[in-house]
Amino acid sequence: MSDQPTTAKVVVIGAGIVGNSVVGHLAELGWRNIVQIDKGPLPNPGGSTGHASNFIFPVDHNKEMCLLTADSQRQYIEMGVNTTCGGIEVARKPERLEEFRRRMTSSTSWGIDSRLLTPEEVKEMVPFINDEVILGGFYTPSVSCVDSLRAGTIFRERAMALDALTVVPNVEVEAVETEQGKVVAVVTDQGRIDCEYVVIACGVWSPRIAAMAGATIPLTPAVHQMIDVGPIAELEATGNEIGFPIVRDMDTFCYERQSGGSMEVGSYAHRPIFMKADEIPSIKASRLSPTELPFTAEDFDQQLEEALELMPSILETAEMKYAINGLLSLTPDGFPLLGETVEVKNLWSAAAVWIKEGPGAGRMIAEWMTHGAPEIDPHQSDIARFYKYARNDHHVRERCAEHFNKTYGIVHPREQWESERNIRTAPYHARTEALGAVYFQAGGWERPHWYESNAHLVEHYGVEAREHEWDARWWSPIQNAEHLAMREHVGMIDLAPFVVFDITGPGAFDYLQYLTVNSVNVAVGRSVYTPLLDVNGGFRSDLTIMRLGEQEFRVVTGAFDGPRDAFWFRKHLPTDGSVVFTDKTSAFCTIGVWGPKARALVETLTNDDVSHEGLPYGSTKEVLFDSIDVRLFRISYVGELGFEIYVPMEHAQAVWDKIYSAGQAFNIVPVGAGVYGTTGRIEKGYRLMGAELEGEYSPVEAGLARPKVKAADFIGKEAYLKAREAGPAAVLCTLTVEDNVSPRDGIKRYMTGSEPILTLEGQRIVDNRGRSSYVTTAGAGPSVGKYLLMAYLPIEIAIVGTELRVMYMNELYPVKVAVAGSTPLFDPADERMKV
Amino acid sequence: MRILVCVKRVPAPGARIVLTEDSLGIDTRNLGFTTSPHEECAVEAAIQLVEEHGGDVTVLTLGGTDADEQLRYAISVGAHKAVLITNDDLAAGRDADAVATAKALSAAIRDLESADGIFDLLLFGNESADSGGFQVGIRVARALDRPIVNGIKGIEIADGNATARRECNDGYEVYQLAMPAVLGVKEGINLPRYATLPGRLRSKKAEVTHLDSATESGRVTTTSLATPLEQTVNTVMLGEGAGAAAAVVDMLVEMGLA
Amino acid sequence: MSAVLVFVEHDRGVIEESSLQAIGFAREVTSSSVAAVVIGAAGTEVAARVAAAGVDAVCSIDASALADYAPEAWGDACAQYAKSVDAIAIVGCGTDRGNEVLAHIAAVLDTPFISNITQYEASVPVKLTRLRWGGSLLEHATLDVGLAVLSCAPHAFDSPQSGVGEVPRSEFVAALRDDAARTRIVERVSLASGITLQTAPVVVSGGRGVGSADGFAHLEALAELLGGAVGCSRVVTNQGWRPHSDQVGQTGKRVAPELYIACGISGAIQHWIGMQAAQRVLAINLDKDAPMVTKADFAVIGDLHEIVPAIVEELRRRR
Repeated sequence: MSDQPTTAKVVVIGAGIVGNSVVGHLAELGWRNIVQIDKGPLPNPGGSTGHASNFIFPVDHNKEMCLLTADSQRQYIEMGVNTTCGGIEVARKPERLEEFRRRMTSSTSWGIDSRLLTPEEVKEMVPFINDEVILGGFYTPSVSCVDSLRAGTIFRERAMALDALTVVPNVEVEAVETEQGKVVAVVTDQGRIDCEYVVIACGVWSPRIAAMAGATIPLTPAVHQMIDVGPIAELEATGNEIGFPIVRDMDTFCYERQSGGSMEVGSYAHRPIFMKADEIPSIKASRLSPTELPFTAEDFDQQLEEALELMPSILETAEMKYAINGLLSLTPDGFPLLGETVEVKNLWSAAAVWIKEGPGAGRMIAEWMTHGAPEIDPHQSDIARFYKYARNDHHVRERCAEHFNKTYGIVHPREQWESERNIRTAPYHARTEALGAVYFQAGGWERPHWYESNAHLVEHYGVEAREHEWDARWWSPIQNAEHLAMREHVGMIDLAPFVVFDITGPGAFDYLQYLTVNSVNVAVGRSVYTPLLDVNGGFRSDLTIMRLGEQEFRVVTGAFDGPRDAFWFRKHLPTDGSVVFTDKTSAFCTIGVWGPKARALVETLTNDDVSHEGLPYGSTKEVLFDSIDVRLFRISYVGELGFEIYVPMEHAQAVWDKIYSAGQAFNIVPVGAGVYGTTGRIEKGYRLMGAELEGEYSPVEAGLARPKVKAADFIGKEAYLKAREAGPAAVLCTLTVEDNVSPRDGIKRYMTGSEPILTLEGQRIVDNRGRSSYVTTAGAGPSVGKYLLMAYLPIEIAIVGTELRVMYMNELYPVKVAVAGSTPLFDPADERMKV
Repeated sequence: MRILVCVKRVPAPGARIVLTEDSLGIDTRNLGFTTSPHEECAVEAAIQLVEEHGGDVTVLTLGGTDADEQLRYAISVGAHKAVLITNDDLAAGRDADAVATAKALSAAIRDLESADGIFDLLLFGNESADSGGFQVGIRVARALDRPIVNGIKGIEIADGNATARRECNDGYEVYQLAMPAVLGVKEGINLPRYATLPGRLRSKKAEVTHLDSATESGRVTTTSLATPLEQTVNTVMLGEGAGAAAAVVDMLVEMGLA
Repeated sequence: MSAVLVFVEHDRGVIEESSLQAIGFAREVTSSSVAAVVIGAAGTEVAARVAAAGVDAVCSIDASALADYAPEAWGDACAQYAKSVDAIAIVGCGTDRGNEVLAHIAAVLDTPFISNITQYEASVPVKLTRLRWGGSLLEHATLDVGLAVLSCAPHAFDSPQSGVGEVPRSEFVAALRDDAARTRIVERVSLASGITLQTAPVVVSGGRGVGSADGFAHLEALAELLGGAVGCSRVVTNQGWRPHSDQVGQTGKRVAPELYIACGISGAIQHWIGMQAAQRVLAINLDKDAPMVTKADFAVIGDLHEIVPAIVEELRRRR
């Protein structure tokens, strides 16, 4: 009775929008012998796709999400299942109007047509809205509704037309088998399918299926309440599935979307309600479907009142015909879970994807599986981004509970989490706490961002406060003061979150050469800074490698990309055992000491030679601080003389104390990551992975290409050579904001990142590869006395002195190109660090 | 006119009812609760009658305090008053049997009537969705000495009489009852309305009267619940899509139906 | 005589066959005598038929107030008779009228009434199985009571093939109150304009898969060609696509055609209960694993909107 094949190249589990999109794209990219299974019937197997509201708002502050959504919408349009209806976000509170100005800025960055509306203009478009309760609107004409079930059928049909796909509905997965860490089979109640690849695309059930293979997909099924209210004559009169723009009532976290003759009201305002994947009822035990759970009316009453207030004329007499607690997937940081799982080779996750990202995510997964990297940089969505502490139910639920109500919230780009804090702290945490550290989280670590104990320096250095609350939020003038104190004297910086890998063994050298752009063929005791590329030649990572021995290397990378980098290194390890990879992150603590007096200070702590000759720039060696072995690495991310000091964890507090007390004679200041990550860095034009460095840009454009290319082969070399030959279409520049004063209210404003760089006339700037110019990093340059921006500019205008504009909160500010390329704005010859 | 409707809170299961581990109850962890469907129609019938003739509708139930949900739902669609008979046993989820339920309801109705006057009509569901006992309404009618007919799919009120329709094989039978009277209503008498948004919000603020009443059950003891075995047959596949039409007609001919 | 009494149903002298199943049930309840009770103006034919149906005695109770169906009065009369003969149980079949009259009897006698029993073991205490949730669940229970009123689920017990021949017949005169017939039928309206769901040899029934009220046009065409009637599932009436009178299932009608054609009906047990008496089932469904398909005698997999018109066309072509 079973039509289930016994072998497959790839088994795709799930026939919702994501699974369907994956099979469609895999088939198109040449995959054959694809088997798609689902526990439910087709075309609606009972997952979240089946009850989705199916609308697409293309504007997001996040670039990757915008690109995924834009790609998805393009695919829906191409399949003929996209109905453009327009969408209006309405504001009830003044701060939302500011958020709309910020959204205008983002829509300009990503090239989406949007405009602000007055309440009267909103009412013109949606006559049944009560314009007395709203302050304005943000209108995006391209907002659309899609038929995600039909799209899924089209994807499957396309794959079947290519003779690439067998679909088996109504089978339950019982096991996902692995051998030597690699997936080998899926076992269902209909039998076993031997396979090379498995894609888990089963939405809220994904964690359950992953667990069968010993892998983790950190999401939680969460309730999103939705009701259907009708019949409503005004809506029936349109004669359409959707005839009015979709309204998002942003300040009540609700939406109102026409669905034929009735109105769907959905909410993200209710209390977070989570389930476990294992507890979701079966299809037969469900009244409607497994993901349409019984409506808990009391959670929705507030939203009813607010919906009535917004659209009284149509909602007063209509009946609630359908009401569900619909299940959808939430992740700890709100981004999808895409890519190969870190635990099991060839086991891929295509989970936590919403309708608006479905087809794009399917394409991304298919390209990634086929070529080794997708066209759109998956930096935010990569399932490998989580540390182990973030891949369990507890963490997922804590974080999701915190961000669920922020779905329509106004989230500051620097906003910090409140939950799951103090789970990773440096050994000298009590010391930094006593110094009044204000902690931001980095890779789960509590990392001081500035120290309140340095407050007195603000006046000393005459640092200006920020007038606008938004700009001053998650910021302190102390950061700039710490910066200036470090450049004047010496600063000590907690770098405990550094991620450290030791790569050893007879194959270590060749292995690293294959991963890095720059050669690791350096003398023992020397180091190399290098990009790591993906096969497309885009940035995969940038990091520093110290050569500690002939066959011994130490890789140091940042806290935010540590897990992705660890996955990349492990994935490429040779299978012959010639290379040993050891994650030493928890073994070493790092403290940075930088400033003109750094060497003098360290000289008081050790008898070893730390002079310029004894420890030249870029070199490393072990020295004794009294009885404690520490490794000094002479390098700087802030452009000052000094060292990264690597200390075994158990000695870290003692070393902190020694530096701090010896430093008193040198006016040492504890310096936070506000300096290390932003002000110090941006003055020196140093690039950051995920900001300046990403898949869309090559090392050539980032200004990181060296004069020569090493002979050894490495990942992305072919693409890199092509990029060198083609030359850059855009160049990474540092710009100065020439006047921070807002034309609207006359107060100084400070960009946060992602804002568009525009022509003097306010037009978007797009290079000849279709990439727009936007701010990759924004921050103060206290030592250069300007507010600085980094941005890729098309080569023809990437010329020092070019005057342009930056948009911030829907206003234009004059900017000027100060540096084109990687020359630092501050201390261009690097004289301060190389003495 | 004054109408009282007796309702019961029951789970709203899917195609397969999942039992608790001890097989003594239904696993309701993922289930919503609803008013037993016949009674939902009885509430609708009552509301329609007072819309036509004036008066008010009281809903009465017996159960734990969570049965408030069903009373409030009745108010959200137009009922005026709600009364809950409850006690510790009921609150602990121990159901009262039909005899005890009828006694408690009868006593409560007498109390309500002595305070505010006789109900012209008492409406029950034909049988409850869960236990399907077919008797509580009849026992209450007997206790109050009022006429009752079950299986009602149409009610008209005129001249102090309730004229009620009941379906039979080839049409329907008409009964005429002098009020005060009792009717057991069957699903299909109407399509119950859903709550409006203002209705739901109004019901939240409505007052539900709580009455305490002992409900001693006994004599019939449930030892376990079970799901009936599904019979499996060898289905003959006549084909896929429109191409199977010939095979279907062959089968019809063979059966002598075409 | 400590008999078990069987309430036998008839409508103006036409016997309700399923009520005879209660005689088989009564034989499970007791090993001693089983007596049938026939109330109202049943006519001699009914009494004779019942006498030959496997009971040990027949009692007729008639009066002007009892002549036509009057549930209260019938219940009063039967209860009085039960008391007078010191019956140990009163049983009947769980039809609309059966359960109604039995509930009245139990109320009068102030004793439990257990409906829709499917299995009965005359142990101490009695062990029985009955239907809950309209047949979706079985309840196993024990019963510890002197005088029980019980109904058996339709089709759960067989009516005895035939009786032992002549059995004693008696008549009982009940002492009825003046207004005993206050719940009597005052009018009958026949809607039997040709074929009804209950009498049609073929029922063409539609479910969620039909998709709209208009979608039923093809089903109507097929039913007309086959001299059948159109039915539907509960989803369909809830959507307002068909009147409730067309609904088949636990809360709708129970049908027993020669062929039941289920179009786009998944086959939840609540629906199955309404059509399980059909001799043959043809399922037309997109999902080959839908319960309706796996339980049907015949199945066609695919879109009913293509298949049903194709069958209609094929039927027309062959005529």
